[in-house]
Amino acid sequence: MSLFQPTDEQDLSDMLRSADAPVRVLGGDTRGEYSDPATQISTAKMSGIVDYVPGALTMIAKSGTPLSEIEALLAKEGQQLAFEPYRLGALLGRKGSSTIGGVFATNASGSRRIQAGAARDFLLGVRFVDGEGHLIKNGGRVMKNVTGYDLVKLMCGSWGTLGIMSEVAFKTLPAPELTQTLVLHQLDHAQAVAAMSQALGSSYEVSGTVYLCATQSLYLRVEGFSNSVSYRVTALRALLGEYGEQEVLDHDASLAFWSDLRDVSPLKEDKGDIWRISVQPSDGVETFERAGFRTGFYDWSGGLIWGSVAAGTDLRARLGHFEGHATRLRGLSETVPKFQPQPEALARLSQGLRKQFDPRGLLNPGLMG
Amino acid sequence: MQMPKADLAIIARKSEILARLAAVLPQDSIISDTGELRAYECDALSAYRCPPLLVVLPKTTEEVAAALRICNELRVPVVPRGAGTSLAGGALPTADCVVIGVARMTEVLEADYDNRYIRVQTGRTNLSVSDAVSEHDFFYAPDPSSQLACAIAGNIAMNSGGAHCLKYGVTSNNLMGVTLVTMTGEIVKVGGAYLDSEGLDLLGLICGSEGQLGIVTEATLRILPKPEGARPVLIGFDSNEVAGACVSDIIKAGVLPVAIEFMDRPCIRATDAFSGAGYPDCMALLIVEVEGSEAEIEDQLNRIIQIAESHDPVEVRKARDAQDAARIWLGRKSAFGAMGQINDYMCLDGTIPVTELPFVLRRIGELSQEFGLDVGNVFHAGDGNMHPLILYNANKEGELETCEAFGAEILKLCVEVGGCLTGEHGVGIEKRDLMSHQFSQDDLEAQMRVKDVFDPAWLLNGAKVFPLEASERRRLDLARYAAE
Repeated sequence: MSLFQPTDEQDLSDMLRSADAPVRVLGGDTRGEYSDPATQISTAKMSGIVDYVPGALTMIAKSGTPLSEIEALLAKEGQQLAFEPYRLGALLGRKGSSTIGGVFATNASGSRRIQAGAARDFLLGVRFVDGEGHLIKNGGRVMKNVTGYDLVKLMCGSWGTLGIMSEVAFKTLPAPELTQTLVLHQLDHAQAVAAMSQALGSSYEVSGTVYLCATQSLYLRVEGFSNSVSYRVTALRALLGEYGEQEVLDHDASLAFWSDLRDVSPLKEDKGDIWRISVQPSDGVETFERAGFRTGFYDWSGGLIWGSVAAGTDLRARLGHFEGHATRLRGLSETVPKFQPQPEALARLSQGLRKQFDPRGLLNPGLMG
Repeated sequence: MQMPKADLAIIARKSEILARLAAVLPQDSIISDTGELRAYECDALSAYRCPPLLVVLPKTTEEVAAALRICNELRVPVVPRGAGTSLAGGALPTADCVVIGVARMTEVLEADYDNRYIRVQTGRTNLSVSDAVSEHDFFYAPDPSSQLACAIAGNIAMNSGGAHCLKYGVTSNNLMGVTLVTMTGEIVKVGGAYLDSEGLDLLGLICGSEGQLGIVTEATLRILPKPEGARPVLIGFDSNEVAGACVSDIIKAGVLPVAIEFMDRPCIRATDAFSGAGYPDCMALLIVEVEGSEAEIEDQLNRIIQIAESHDPVEVRKARDAQDAARIWLGRKSAFGAMGQINDYMCLDGTIPVTELPFVLRRIGELSQEFGLDVGNVFHAGDGNMHPLILYNANKEGELETCEAFGAEILKLCVEVGGCLTGEHGVGIEKRDLMSHQFSQDDLEAQMRVKDVFDPAWLLNGAKVFPLEASERRRLDLARYAAE
């Protein structure tokens, strides 16, 4: 097994041009799961912030820049990545920091996805090298850009299978002045999803909805300027009065709770395979039951379910046909693919795109089908 | 602006093509009469016109598929059309093409308030999507200026924005799924009522592809609960620079207005004379709108005013009620009409980093002197999406060409300062030939390779988006197919 660490785009391009065997693409190596040895290309040496303009809410960074470094710099200016990328390092037992390139390559979006958007909604521009060594740029560093096709979205969530990103430009947002969390206790799954739906159907701008199965507690986050937060929390309490016991987490307790959640903390003690299922919220409870999760939690208004099953379980066989998709984030299997297989027509289009960008099948082959 | 030469062999086969389409489509869905075809000769970029060979207006996805299958088999180019409101010439026909329009597909298929989405046929207008859910106090967020007329199909093709996308995002951020019919007539469902993709983000790729990858016939759109209320404040400044700096400070302060609109002096004067909005006679004007409960609105407006005060505004006018708000918006909303009354105008759409606003506005002023044409600026300042309106006289020999040359210089300037050619209108034919200023050959090649996957023969809207010489080889392959 050999490890290549290109230091710039030219270097990366040369490596891919001359590559004659498949390569595994790595950022901080905190998200991927693999067993076989392979040549690795890591972006670790392409690191550093290229430009940060707080007044324009934009940052440009090389893809190997550690997420921790970026978040620290943003915090200094009172800003943040509003899509609060989840971190898998703790679950996978990896050291080191996730990279910004890895965050976007895996479209890693956290609880605020329902209100602020996904990682893909914040990525403004990319520079990447495709499987043939071509350096390609797309998008830019401005908020609104419809110039040509949106390859930015295509690259986001492509898990390194279409090209290796060398630089990303993305939107930042001011961090809220105050965060509070309304907690409702002793709800069953169906009550929790109903309450989430009610909260998000209101105009009170709830920015996170999480139900923990183990404690039967529902967490609803409200953020913004102080006056506004207290007004909205009060309004929400009245709206959700029928659900019984209520508690409000203050700012610090709230930040701690939502930060823990970014590490998928409710599943940290579990040893099985970890899956993430996206469905429409009203299908959440039934999906959870069919999945037969030992433990887990609901995010995204009930439409995102994280859960664990015994290692090697074919979760999709349990789920049968459903509207949505299931992805295994921890665990390996020879027979059960990590990503939900696409319907035939979509699979054909995806395959066609891979052929265009990586005709020799060098980049993470087989990972996404 | 050049268009490729029409293929005379295809035009000569008009009756055959018509007969094949008529055999599978309802009689009233095909337009072949020369006079009636005139209605489809252009979109809102009306300086360019060309009646198509035929127009098809299907009522179902299956009919769209049937029409595409035949055009594909006969190797006839297709130009998709929504409501025909593109400012970029996205729906401009060629003489040898069949226009397939979704204007008769306007049904709401499903509205789901628990899961917060609506599923519609894409011929439905933008505003009528919001209207359909308004009774339940929901709305569809993207709001292009043409929202009364423009169709969701076109919104998806161009990834349309609007004044309120500073807070709510553009079309692609509010689109959850589509039914796409590819050139071969295959019906493909992408995404749905759930979030994000199981694999590659094909939905993100389709949105903004200007009708070159397929025809979108149905869409699942995210809907949001209406805010309790909204009110703007109007702030006047004695220079563009100061107004630009104020925009940047507001954004940085953590207030997230739903809209920050900017007008410069020529625009202020024209719109005020036209609409009687009562705007102050100053150099630059901002309209900043916030949302929330009464108390939240008041709190946010006060924060904004406090920031503005540090920039010595010449006027601050806070809307106290809906009537005040309407008066403040009146001028802005009639800006294009007002400029149109003075003269013909061309509307540009470049985006720049917000921090470059003062420099770019000064430079546009200098260029205006050089080219001898007046320009007014009205735009979405919060996200740097500019709309310079260049005034010209279409009846004056050569003035359209001068105007286009001036426009091209402005767009190149946008690219030079780190921005882009188009923020929300799309490339179409209007910015097609400038693409090589923003993209390298490899960049363009990567995008064209995507079209090769969806539409290998380049039959769908092939003369748009990419400079003709860049796409020539691929389009000539088409001519070869036709000859076979």
